[in-house]
Amino acid sequence: MTIAFETLDVHYAYNDVAALNGVGLTIEQGERVALLGANGSGKSTLLRLLDALYFPDKGEIRAFGEPLREERMHEEAVAQAFRRRVGLVFQNPDVQLFNPTVFDEIAFGPLQLGWSKADIRAAVDNVAREFRIDHLKDRSPHRLSGGEKKRVALASVLVVDPDVLLLDEPTAALDPRSVSEMVDFLISCRGSGRTVVTATHDLAILEEIADRCYVLQNGKVAACGTPAEILADEDLLHRTHLAHAHRHRHADGTYHSHHHRHEHR
Amino acid sequence: MSEQSFVCGGGHHGSYLDRLAGGILHAIEHALDADDFSRRNGLLQRLDPRVKVAGVTALIVTAVSVKSLLVLAGLFFVAVALALPSQVRLSRLAKQVWMSVFAFTGMIALPALVLVPGETVARLPLLGWPITLQGLRSALFLLGRSETTATLALLLVLCTPWPHVLKALRVFRLPTMLVVILGMTHRYIFIFLQSATQMFEARRSRVIGRLSARDRRRIATASAGVLFGKALHMSTEVHLAMISRGYRGEVRLLDEFRMKPLDWGAAFGFAAVAALAFWLQTL
Repeated sequence: MTIAFETLDVHYAYNDVAALNGVGLTIEQGERVALLGANGSGKSTLLRLLDALYFPDKGEIRAFGEPLREERMHEEAVAQAFRRRVGLVFQNPDVQLFNPTVFDEIAFGPLQLGWSKADIRAAVDNVAREFRIDHLKDRSPHRLSGGEKKRVALASVLVVDPDVLLLDEPTAALDPRSVSEMVDFLISCRGSGRTVVTATHDLAILEEIADRCYVLQNGKVAACGTPAEILADEDLLHRTHLAHAHRHRHADGTYHSHHHRHEHR
Repeated sequence: MSEQSFVCGGGHHGSYLDRLAGGILHAIEHALDADDFSRRNGLLQRLDPRVKVAGVTALIVTAVSVKSLLVLAGLFFVAVALALPSQVRLSRLAKQVWMSVFAFTGMIALPALVLVPGETVARLPLLGWPITLQGLRSALFLLGRSETTATLALLLVLCTPWPHVLKALRVFRLPTMLVVILGMTHRYIFIFLQSATQMFEARRSRVIGRLSARDRRRIATASAGVLFGKALHMSTEVHLAMISRGYRGEVRLLDEFRMKPLDWGAAFGFAAVAALAFWLQTL
């Protein structure tokens, strides 16, 4: 199988604060990978490195077999080809929805990539229909609900049909119905040929959205495995703050403490 | 303990933070109301924004250029005639435009009645100062032009979603980058207004008793600093989101406006009214 991304001993720091401390992982094309980790574990930073928004202080990232370096991304042809193939959905949709209307938002990516007006209109119509947001095209993003904003953010990235979709906490701050719709979308990506990398700490949806997981802790890969393997390792989940000790009171008034994670089987 | 005592002091008109948060909320509600209004099914709402911007601008330029009071009155009635099929009630125009313009411009126009030399037509009661025909004419021109242009401008803003107004400004060859910056400002002002409201509400929920003027100034300064920090962080994130979708320093916009027969008709109508106004005053 062809490799989409490969990171080799990647280090990254915000000023002097280390975010990644030698991350090494491989993501194959068509694979659905989850990056698990507690807050501050380096998931979002890693996604931004994979999207060539940040570049490693040390180590190397290879995308589609080519090194992902800042100087190469300054070349227009390389940058356009990369942006066409890789899309990132930010955690906060307000960051991503910077255009005055939903139509402009979805059209932004294809416009920057130099598509023709006819192609852009057709692509916007298609993706808006697919995500049931065609009635919102003329609306301003600040008038949308949280779930609608997320759907528009996703549509604005998927409009160029990227090979790789990077998602940063896609279910964060969504109502249950919107979470369910997002999970349905991620399930539909299985076998589609599209690579999906999801940063999350929501273990309840893990088995549905990923074929393989990397667990990050303190900017390093702490474990790698299938969702079933990771979820079965309670010690790992506890150690990486993905599961917590849960206290509840028994009928006789005594308290009992055990590992707890939310899961629906 | 009374409700007032939980919030910081500021006199009997409500606390400083209350008024600030209330003012911000009112601004948001007003903007949302205008946005809803612009999407109604009225005559002006149905027109292509480019036609509206160019047409209304032409009428405004005509209104400030004509030298006949009758023609100016005619233009004012054209504005009123445009409001009615666009579902803009006259009571709304009176409240939002006519009364405030009359009060503001009236203050400026009033001295002209007696300061402009000319033929005396009446005298001010008590003071006995002469009101001249030329002064009256100047005051009426000032008032008439202000009322007509403000009515036309309000109709444009009320009946056009703000993003469309900005985009339509490109018919005047406004630089794309300026249009984009104005659009993003409009987009994010709501986020920061909401953020500011939440900050003031959170602050209000933790303040007991009255605050001194110095403390209120300190809170306002600190809040402004926090908002600035948030704005800076968000601008960095937005820039990254733009780069992620292919932005490389040159903004491209898609103009999705399409002219329909109604738009061509309206464009002809605006041009005809402006031309007629200029022709009538030559008679």
